[in-house]
Amino acid sequence: MFKPSALAYTYDGSFEGLLCCVFESYAWKEIPLAIHAEGGEIGLLLEAKWIETDKDKAARVLKSLPLRISREAEELVRLGFWSCAPEKEMLLLNFLYLGFKHGRKVMNMLADDTVNTLMKAVQQLRHEAHLYTGFVRFSVYGPVMAAVIEPQGYVLPVIQEHFCDRFQGESFMIYDQTHGAALIHEPGREAIVPLNGWTPPEPDETEESYRRLWTGFYHAIGIKERRNDRLRSSKMPKRYWKHMVEMNGSNGVPVLTAAQRKKALQPEVPETIIQLQSLDKKSAPQPST
Amino acid sequence: MDVMEKLEILTASAKYDVACTSSGSDRKGQAGALGNTSAMGICHSFAADGRCISLLKVLMTNGCVYDCAYCINRKSNPIRRAAFTPEEIADITMQFYRRNYIEGLFLSSGIMRNPDYTTEQLISALELLRNVYHFNGYIHVKAIPGADDTLLSRLGLLADRMSVNIELPSQESLGRLAPDKSKVSILKPMGLITNRIKENRSDIVRYNHAPRFAPAGQSTQMIVGATPDTDYQILNLTEGLYHKYALKRVFFSAYTPVVEDSLLPALDTKPPLLREHRLYQADWLLRFYGFKANELLDEAVPNFNPLLDPKCSWAVNHREQFPVEINRAPYEMLLRVPGIGVRSAQRIVKARRAGSLDFHALKKLGVVLKRAQFFITCKDKPLEGLKVSEHTLLRSLMSGEQLALQQPQVEQLTLFDDFNLSALPAADGWDLLKKGAKA
Repeated sequence: MFKPSALAYTYDGSFEGLLCCVFESYAWKEIPLAIHAEGGEIGLLLEAKWIETDKDKAARVLKSLPLRISREAEELVRLGFWSCAPEKEMLLLNFLYLGFKHGRKVMNMLADDTVNTLMKAVQQLRHEAHLYTGFVRFSVYGPVMAAVIEPQGYVLPVIQEHFCDRFQGESFMIYDQTHGAALIHEPGREAIVPLNGWTPPEPDETEESYRRLWTGFYHAIGIKERRNDRLRSSKMPKRYWKHMVEMNGSNGVPVLTAAQRKKALQPEVPETIIQLQSLDKKSAPQPST
Repeated sequence: MDVMEKLEILTASAKYDVACTSSGSDRKGQAGALGNTSAMGICHSFAADGRCISLLKVLMTNGCVYDCAYCINRKSNPIRRAAFTPEEIADITMQFYRRNYIEGLFLSSGIMRNPDYTTEQLISALELLRNVYHFNGYIHVKAIPGADDTLLSRLGLLADRMSVNIELPSQESLGRLAPDKSKVSILKPMGLITNRIKENRSDIVRYNHAPRFAPAGQSTQMIVGATPDTDYQILNLTEGLYHKYALKRVFFSAYTPVVEDSLLPALDTKPPLLREHRLYQADWLLRFYGFKANELLDEAVPNFNPLLDPKCSWAVNHREQFPVEINRAPYEMLLRVPGIGVRSAQRIVKARRAGSLDFHALKKLGVVLKRAQFFITCKDKPLEGLKVSEHTLLRSLMSGEQLALQQPQVEQLTLFDDFNLSALPAADGWDLLKKGAKA
């Protein structure tokens, strides 16, 4: 293999850009010690080398993946790029060195540290995407629906097909706050576009009433004799709660059970309380009215 | 009564039904309709008891003409009653589904007037949802025992999954606690559904557009801990149901006392959660690990050991089959090693094609070495420094359990005083274990 050089590659942060880093590494027969996305942290005392994104070079590398390794490896690399693994660029570069050396066999080398780390990162991304197919909460604003998510990995392209198929007649948006992107769908059209700092509008009456119904259902379905907070938190980690209506997420509405609401609506105060209040008045200082 | 109040009452009455899975059906979205289904199922939330919420689980009504002793909705129980109209159910389902709160609807009902009338009500609600509201998501519906065959057949064409609750694990228990139900009345619709699913499968081969009958199959559930039935009886019944009726799932429900009755455990009894957990572990062994019920339990030892999971118990009692060489053992044998699950077994088979594996590699593949170490060799060598004394063996096998149980520490201790578990011959698990360890 090539000699590691005291170099750090910097690229524009796109998938094509990373493929160009791979291209350059092979072209110059050098292994960088780090690869940074533009605008990210650039530390260490390494000489930085800017890698220009070139569509042709990227396409050449991409084409070689299914040919020289396998289709599964190509998918793994794509998903790995969306994962939130630390130093994912170096991880992917190392995986590709192995892949181009061993061919399709690399996908069986599960005990190898690079392959193992990459597979785990992709597994984590897939798992998070699967959780989000359930945990996304849409708010309905008239004819359109919108949801906010805060995933660790870049899950939008992974959940795109699921939601666009399920709600194919609807116009909706899923806004990824972490990565500043949104999946936008209307019947017949869909796209992932960059979007930053979007705040959901206030819910209207109908929306609030269904949120209340859902939260009421959520509380009624639990069996109190079996309460198990630890199990719940392991199945539904707390970082997802923020955007879930029933967990009093940012859009949560205060929910009273039917009985509590009835009590709140009753104007008359029970007698004993009135007595207590009148007793209190004697001792307590009078409010200045 | 407003919809909120109804929803609370009818949810609280439905919550003891266990099944909330939305798996087994894989249907694409359709133009003009809302929804699709996903083969692996999707959980949309988790309740405070840690159980998955996938479907809007409600009863059509909690009024019931039956008087089953264990049931919260029994005729003689003075609780508030409510009933949904088909329109209300359809509206809530659609609105919840659009907001991605749920994967679909789980509809059951108390018995109104008689089984036929009740089934007709269920059909009218589902027809409204499917044909007028064009709902294409998941529907799980309860088949009512005693209803007419043609009605049940119509119901199955509207749903993804059907289930008939077997309720209690034996005829005697049924006779005592559910005088309005019998083994025959429960197994009859179950058999009908099995046959209809089978017929439907050959119809689909012949006519591409034949309507699907319960494409996600059939499931059932039974209550554990309300009657003196043993784990062995329950597991044998479960195995029989899988084979004979081709069920997709059998669910167990730890009995939570809801009504006072001289025939039932007292109201302050804790639900036997550990026993339920052991039964689910064994159920997994039946479905995915190639075990048979009579390998796990027998007449002599009819109940699971509270201290050891069923797979460890089996392994400790069959020391002659171990150790297993990781680099050569067939997949089926790898599955039988404690600490190796389906996924890690598959990974081992794949990874050993690329090169022989050592203990360090196994750890990376997700094998729980703490348990597996006593039962395996890598390149014909056991783990370096491994001491197999009776003491270390038992301790290592048991400590993993505290995690698996997922119960708060305090409650866990009290579980052993549970009426069910104290009824177990407490010592026999230990004796067997020691015997196994010496062998």
